[in-house]
Amino acid sequence: MDKVMRLASENGLVIFSKSSCCLCYTVNILFSELGVSPYVHELDQDPEGKDIEKALIKMGCSAPVPAVFIGGKLVGSTNEVMSLHLSGNLMPLLKPYYSFN
Amino acid sequence: MNYSSTQFVTPNSMTYEPVQQTGFWGDFTVNGFVNSPSPFILEVDGKLSNQSEDSSHGMVGILDGYDQEDSKRGEKSGLQVSRRLAQNREAARKSRIRKKAYVQQLENSKIRLLQLEQELERVKQQGQYMGEGVDASQLGYSGNPKPGIETFQVDHGHWVEEQNIQTTELRNALKSQIGEIELRILVDSCMSHYFNLFHMKTIAAKADAFYVMSGMWKTQAERFFLWIGGFRPSEILKILIPRLETLTEQQLVEAGNLKQSCHQAEDALSQGMEKLQQILSSTIAAGQLGEGNYLPQMDAAMERLEALVRVLNQADHLRRETLEQMARILTTRQAARAFLALGEYFERLRALSSLWSSNPPEPA
Repeated sequence: MDKVMRLASENGLVIFSKSSCCLCYTVNILFSELGVSPYVHELDQDPEGKDIEKALIKMGCSAPVPAVFIGGKLVGSTNEVMSLHLSGNLMPLLKPYYSFN
Repeated sequence: MNYSSTQFVTPNSMTYEPVQQTGFWGDFTVNGFVNSPSPFILEVDGKLSNQSEDSSHGMVGILDGYDQEDSKRGEKSGLQVSRRLAQNREAARKSRIRKKAYVQQLENSKIRLLQLEQELERVKQQGQYMGEGVDASQLGYSGNPKPGIETFQVDHGHWVEEQNIQTTELRNALKSQIGEIELRILVDSCMSHYFNLFHMKTIAAKADAFYVMSGMWKTQAERFFLWIGGFRPSEILKILIPRLETLTEQQLVEAGNLKQSCHQAEDALSQGMEKLQQILSSTIAAGQLGEGNYLPQMDAAMERLEALVRVLNQADHLRRETLEQMARILTTRQAARAFLALGEYFERLRALSSLWSSNPPEPA
């Protein structure tokens, strides 16, 4: 879907989220703990939210939210992010996006 | 069920009045339609012309009586009588259909009642099982377990037995001079055994998320350490890693990284859980507290509870990943020692629970 890909490529780190979703919150917390600030797009505040959800499922994301994109590529949902992190493969991916706050 | 007081036509009653449409089974619902005669009317209209033999054998006696009447009164009243007869037959036929459907539903209800009685028996027995050594009331888990949970309790009992057996096998294998390949098989089956548990818990969470959250299937001492429906993965690493001798530099670094990332993931999920609690709390407390009418809040809260299943699954996913990554870092022998240590750790916790149950500490 155009909007998804546009948002994903415009921002290095994107989380498609819903403001009431606690797993979206979990991934957000993890990213800030790791020193990065992703662009969070709340689907429940986007009129095209439902379409974006469908598109994310179609792209193969295990759950519509949270959907994490790094460097324009779909990484996956909470499962995929957690697996990556525990295997030590998440940090290298996030390196280009470290913010020094 | 209300029965209207009109008479049901039997072969023995010689009534000249057409039976009222509602009849004996009038208030009974057939196929979910309450008292709607339309499905039957269409059929009947089409069949008015060819009545007689098929469904009217019960009416034969009355017909014979009418025939004699006909010849006495002549053709004109004969037409009126035939019309009345047709109406009678139609009504009786409809009545028979409704009766058949009613009997069918009675049969279904009987079966359902039997099922409910059986389930009640099972749940009662389960209630006794839960009473043994489990402080259900103290921890506020009231009521009988939902269906699917009894299965889980039984399966979990078997799971623990199997785990104890595996722990013993590992102990013996490490003492003996068992080969690498056989040891690897043992380690892999220990790993699969834990994965089975997480799979069982996923199914149980769908059946009753609150039950899985409460850890009620575990013993008291295990429940003391409960984190989102199970053990805390970082705690496991903290116990096991220092006990593994002969870790290489590389292994030490990797183990340290695993500990840290596990901790971070756990922290994030804990905060996600707190967020769910906040959301649920504000959903329940929404509107005027004290009004006395809170059905909309209940509906909204039930929807929120769906997220609990997701969080539980995520916690089990984290446990699974932690065990997998730990085994990946270690050699076969080290992994065997780790699983042995883990198995015995849980054994000790369960032993503590047994001891405590039979020997609670004296009040000071």
